[in-house]
Amino acid sequence: MVQLLTPEGRRVTNDEFEWRGTDDDLVGRLRDMTLTRRFDNEATALQRKGELGVWPPSLGQEAAQVGSARALAPKDTVFPSYREHGVALCLEVPLKQLIALFRGTDAGDWEMLDRFRNYQIIIGAQTLHATGYAMGLQFDGLVGNPDPADNAAVIAYHGDGASSQGDVNESFIFSASYNAPVVFFCQNNQWAISEPMTLQSRIPLFERARGFGFPGVQVDGNDVLAVQAVTEWALERARNGEGPTFIEAFTYRMGAHTTADDPTKYRRDEETQEWAGRDPIKRLTAYLREQGAIDDAHLARLEEESKDFGSEIRSWVDQLRVRTMDELFDNVYADNTVELEAQRREYAEYNAGFEEAL
Amino acid sequence: MSETLTLAKALNRGLRRSLQADPKVLLAGEDIGKLGGVFRITEGLQAEFGENRVIDSPLAESGIVGTAVGLAMRGYRPVVEIQFDGFVFPAFDQIVTQVSKMHARTAGRVPMPIVIRIPYGGAIGSIEHHGESPESYFVHTPGIKVVACSNPNDAYWMIQQAISSDDPVVFLEPKRRYHAKDQVNFSARPQPMHQADIIRHGTDATLLTYGSMVRTCLDAAALAAEEGTSLEVVDLRTLSPIDWVTITASVRRTRRAVVVHEAQRTLGLGAEIAARLHEDLFYVMESPVKRVTAYDMPYPHSKVEDEFLPSVDRILDAVDASLAY
Repeated sequence: MVQLLTPEGRRVTNDEFEWRGTDDDLVGRLRDMTLTRRFDNEATALQRKGELGVWPPSLGQEAAQVGSARALAPKDTVFPSYREHGVALCLEVPLKQLIALFRGTDAGDWEMLDRFRNYQIIIGAQTLHATGYAMGLQFDGLVGNPDPADNAAVIAYHGDGASSQGDVNESFIFSASYNAPVVFFCQNNQWAISEPMTLQSRIPLFERARGFGFPGVQVDGNDVLAVQAVTEWALERARNGEGPTFIEAFTYRMGAHTTADDPTKYRRDEETQEWAGRDPIKRLTAYLREQGAIDDAHLARLEEESKDFGSEIRSWVDQLRVRTMDELFDNVYADNTVELEAQRREYAEYNAGFEEAL
Repeated sequence: MSETLTLAKALNRGLRRSLQADPKVLLAGEDIGKLGGVFRITEGLQAEFGENRVIDSPLAESGIVGTAVGLAMRGYRPVVEIQFDGFVFPAFDQIVTQVSKMHARTAGRVPMPIVIRIPYGGAIGSIEHHGESPESYFVHTPGIKVVACSNPNDAYWMIQQAISSDDPVVFLEPKRRYHAKDQVNFSARPQPMHQADIIRHGTDATLLTYGSMVRTCLDAAALAAEEGTSLEVVDLRTLSPIDWVTITASVRRTRRAVVVHEAQRTLGLGAEIAARLHEDLFYVMESPVKRVTAYDMPYPHSKVEDEFLPSVDRILDAVDASLAY
């Protein structure tokens, strides 16, 4: 497993991968992860207060998400599942739109779709979309050009549970056969709702990649340095025309699968406590303190910023506009049907009946 | 300018024209390259347009449709071939949860101009899963459109119209009619894709059908005429949306309707048509809508498929029952 920063916050070296950034970059990563955690905690709290229908917490997975997102180049495209809040934050996707999706005011039709595609609820379905999109990048001549700025790649996020899905395995086959520029970024957070990793695979997931004909790398998913280093390498391969890569970011879902889940029913508290000792934010904080890159004053300012961000997030729920039935009638088809227009009138007439009654 | 072609060849010509007209059009599917598909619909197209536009796919239907979704997101117009009707089900998830919903999910930001070609229907003496009529599953799914061609001229034009559509289209090809020949008019302005066609005028009852059963209904109408019964035949052509204007206009005149399809009866197109005619023409109709369909059993072994599927005699029997009501 590739690791560049131990849980205690000590820098270690790896034969193949090295961190190419500065300590200043890492101060930035600390901010990304801190704000991601704040966003996630606020959203979880909003669900508890009844403001969101459901929320899938990203708690504990901040390094995997932030490290991989910060490896992206401007032309790369993300195909997320439904938990990549930290990736969205790094890409500056308006997070209010994520809140809207889980509040149910719309279906997640956010801006910046070219950078960050819509959340995907069907487990693993997005890996095929990512592969097709990556094939399109090849056809468009955006792979393997001498100037790296002319190249683009795709990153598809999925989880350990998704590794059992046919679509995910088919996407491995298609991307390998066509040498498509796609990075499969698996956040192995050990649990697919209540099902442990051992039910999905009898071998470490990254070893499967070899059977599909491309490299697989296991990285400490709670080590933001290692994650970014490995993802940068994989994306570079993809952009250069060297084909797909599978990254298994070994991490842990510290929270529930979603707010509707109860992990006490199926996993031991000791296990969760053990993983709490590997926390991605704690270890980076320890390292940066040791380096003298941050001090108490810096952390206090970050906490202040995080608090302000929290109140901003809480203010969003009242600002969200519910997408109307009329808009839904508009958007089923690009070219609407006579039948659906008739049903729109039926809906309008039904509602008009209430107005007359008043 | 017109030419006599088989339905298969007409499809081939239509696909070729779409590939020529728009560089964003891509074909993908199993064996569609060098072989030209198991029914040779794409014969010669890979040689002409290259492997990046006519793409042989791994044997994974969900993968074929799922990657088409990604290609559509990238601005391409993928036309995928499902080798046989019974093989569409591994792709059912991608069609129903992704292709059909993407436009609505993204509030119209992400259209899905994908054509899913499916050779459908039975009577070719084949093995299990090679004779299915899965149209109801797709007609029941909002967000996708479903059409069925029945003759070479429609095949040529409708495939091009489907490819031009910004909405996803399930394109049903009546495989037992692939080798039927007829005139294809290359210059006349084609009928809009989402319009039914009255292909034989009559006064006593209307046969409502599509795809492979159109020929069977025309044969039935010809026989009925010899016995003095005048049947109108409507080729639905578009199954989703259904062209109610043409259908109700015909039945309003004839006052009797028989729906004919290869698909099993329960919740087949006939059910929807009967319900709609009941709603719209309750006081006009002289008799209940009759349905001539396959029986509600799995598609059988080939030695009995002729008895399982609607035939001229079963259609005429239903017409008699309607007239005698």
